[in-house]
Amino acid sequence: MGRLSVNLCGIELDNPVIPASGTFGFGYQFVKFYDINCLGTFSFKGTTKEARYGNPLPRIAECEAGMLNSVGLQNPGVDEVISKEIPRMLKCFKKPVMSNVSGFSIDEYVYVCEKLDTVDAIGWHEVNISCPNVHGGGMSFGTDPKMAAEVTKAVKAVTKKPIIMKLSPNAPDIVAVAKACEDAGADGISLINTILGMRINLRNKKPILANTMGGFSGPAIFPIALRMVYQVAKAVNIPVIGMGGVSKADDVIEMMMAGATAVQVGAANVVDPLACKKIIDDLPAALDKYRINDIKDIVGGAFNG
Amino acid sequence: MKEVLFKILENKKIAKDIYEMKLSGDTSDITRPGQFIDLKLDGFYLRRPISVCDLEGDQLTIIYKILGNGTEAMTEYPAGKTVPALSGLGNGYDTALSGSHPLLIGGGVGIPPLYLLARELRKEDKKVSVILGFNVEDEIFYLEEFKKLGCEVAVTTVDGSFGIQGFVTNAIPDEYSFFYTCGPEPMLKAVYKATKTSGQFSFEARMGCGFGACMGCSCKTLTGYKRICVDGPVMMKEEILWED
Repeated sequence: MGRLSVNLCGIELDNPVIPASGTFGFGYQFVKFYDINCLGTFSFKGTTKEARYGNPLPRIAECEAGMLNSVGLQNPGVDEVISKEIPRMLKCFKKPVMSNVSGFSIDEYVYVCEKLDTVDAIGWHEVNISCPNVHGGGMSFGTDPKMAAEVTKAVKAVTKKPIIMKLSPNAPDIVAVAKACEDAGADGISLINTILGMRINLRNKKPILANTMGGFSGPAIFPIALRMVYQVAKAVNIPVIGMGGVSKADDVIEMMMAGATAVQVGAANVVDPLACKKIIDDLPAALDKYRINDIKDIVGGAFNG
Repeated sequence: MKEVLFKILENKKIAKDIYEMKLSGDTSDITRPGQFIDLKLDGFYLRRPISVCDLEGDQLTIIYKILGNGTEAMTEYPAGKTVPALSGLGNGYDTALSGSHPLLIGGGVGIPPLYLLARELRKEDKKVSVILGFNVEDEIFYLEEFKKLGCEVAVTTVDGSFGIQGFVTNAIPDEYSFFYTCGPEPMLKAVYKATKTSGQFSFEARMGCGFGACMGCSCKTLTGYKRICVDGPVMMKEEILWED
């Protein structure tokens, strides 16, 4: 165990850096750029029961220090994820991977989690109750503590692997949602998913995104994410994965001081395929700079400040 | 595909709102006409995907149009400045499909990738016909360059200020073996209807990553979902599904 290693729900990670779901596919797209086995793990593309195309184009809009996306959970469906994507991933990634599960009903979350729980390569299930780009599911489960607890309880009942609930910053009270998930048996919490945003094309007066609104991510949201991670990590006794605008080694350290046990990196992968490798390579020097011996020691370091 | 640091050799205006930028750097990942590079601009979060117009050793040419704040900022980039880019992106055109007399149809800033394609096809000694479509005369660029390759070139302008008045479809000849096209979507749809052979279309999209990870530019085709950045930008006529 090195000075970068952390323990996430009983599984040791070589380092706390985890590419976030939706920005890393099933990993193999990045192999042309670097050996992805340097990652702590990664969270694979959000998976639903049936195949989904997602939303019409354009799905991407640029912002000041960030971007909007309205992809809408495009994925080939859980059966093809298991039969095609995971075998392809296994050729280039040898560590436990984090699944990412989405649904439009509690039954769908249960169905997908139960199927993925049989896959040896998966170490954790991240259950996305926070996608802003789909209607009638996704985020609606993550904005209401009662519904979030119901999803948690239902997926816990059919799985053996740790369940990490991925929360939405668009919830009126994200701390209440986190506590409800913990009480319902969640093994961990990850936050934040994207913040609902919008851009307009000044030349034609129309929203840039075909879906009008989309999820805002990138460095611009880092302080909001950090604040929410801090609030949630203080309130719960299960590991928290912090994400939202993390782009460099310093951001990882800051997220961990706010209470995160591990950190996900999202939009940065989209603008720089080498982003996570660079962050991992930079972490030892960053720890030296702030006189930190072991990265585990800083988790929640800001709580008493 | 790889990350390359390109150095700007030249960056100049060649027509209304149209600039030609010459770059030097590692071009080894660019293997086909119709591929693109994804430039990281100072102060802009997302990269700018721009097709390769010409390629010679470690030098490449891109042509871009001022379409927003990013491309506007690019016009100020001086020679000597370095620009990071992902290089060798996209599938590119397949010259093996051309037959003996390929037709190349380009509209506005969709013309640049057809230049490298025309060069390759002329190297293979094909008879190459080119139609270049513009709105008005002062937007015209690369007419002489295509002629110098030995292509037969027709120009159309919407207002009739130069060449044939109207759209590129007004200039489609009776005889050709295959076609390649790139341009604005309404033009591509018109070309789709007006052509009688098979052909390859190059599409553009607002992209996220540019290398197939984010699903930001995935579109529906008759052969399944395709990411314009890696499964495209070039698609066969037979697989295109126009969505409205």
